Amino acid sequence: MAHTEHAHDHGHEPLVIEDDAGNLEGLHLIEAVQAVLARKGLISAGEIMLEIQAIEAPGRHLGARIVARAWSDPAYKQRLLENGKNGAAELGIKVGEAQLEVVENAPGVHNLVVCTLCSCYPRSILGQPPSWYISKAYRARAVREPARVLEEFGVDLPEGTVIRVHDSNADLRYLVLPERPKGTEGMSEEALAELVTRDSMIGVARLGTEAASSSQTAREPN
Amino acid sequence: MADGERIPARFQVGERVAVLELNKAGHVRTPHYIRGRAGEIIEFVGYFLNPEDLSVGITSGPVYPLYRVRFLLKDLWPDYARNPGDELCIEVYDHWLASPASESMNSTRAE
Repeated sequence: MAHTEHAHDHGHEPLVIEDDAGNLEGLHLIEAVQAVLARKGLISAGEIMLEIQAIEAPGRHLGARIVARAWSDPAYKQRLLENGKNGAAELGIKVGEAQLEVVENAPGVHNLVVCTLCSCYPRSILGQPPSWYISKAYRARAVREPARVLEEFGVDLPEGTVIRVHDSNADLRYLVLPERPKGTEGMSEEALAELVTRDSMIGVARLGTEAASSSQTAREPN
Repeated sequence: MADGERIPARFQVGERVAVLELNKAGHVRTPHYIRGRAGEIIEFVGYFLNPEDLSVGITSGPVYPLYRVRFLLKDLWPDYARNPGDELCIEVYDHWLASPASESMNSTRAE
């Protein structure tokens, strides 16, 4: 096609593939390999579907349960902050990919998680990462101008708040423990867990504000 | 080296460290934006297989100390204008670190 030939004859770089969702070349390759394996009888469509289901089964609700327990039980919170993986295991939640570091928001301290090198994410307790998390823009800017990134997510931090950015680059995965919203005293753990959004556990939202709850509904129906 | 041998941890929590520029190719987990910068060890995480080896199929061998290191964002980005206390916390393997005073931060030695 004329378009493909056009793409590389100027001085500028080829268009950057932003994330996995835009990686058509990769998708074609996967489809081709799948087709060959299926034709040889090594895998079936049903097995592929089961595998996809297993990958997609974990979700925000697991992280939310951990947060709700930490809000409800100070001794548990202490153990969780000391060893996130063991803390999750206490609730029967298995953190599969790595060690888990739970980082706590507090008045004056806001935590934000990014993986600048790729897309490391606590998938076993939050599910698959949102597409913006693996975009080059988020990965580059979260460590360079975190306050502006947070503003764009609708987070306006109180004056003087320290931002603590965690680059999830190696053998740990990070979960932000958001501040417990005001006016939730006496709520059950189950009810509290319903309040905990995915974005608040990455650190791009704060709970108890209109913006946080509406952006959650807009971005992630579950 | 024998499988599972522990490379000794050279740094302690609270110590100032500088990130080396090792000029390694491949699956390196030390991003460029912290190389040559000084920070502080905030946690010893444990011993892990070196991802630089793992990525090329070497799944045994010595395990390396891994630390969490804290940098001030204003030390990473000269024009950083927000709160001077804003921080970046990141994991760095022992062999990427040096004491800020004792070694050249532009070391290009191969491991």
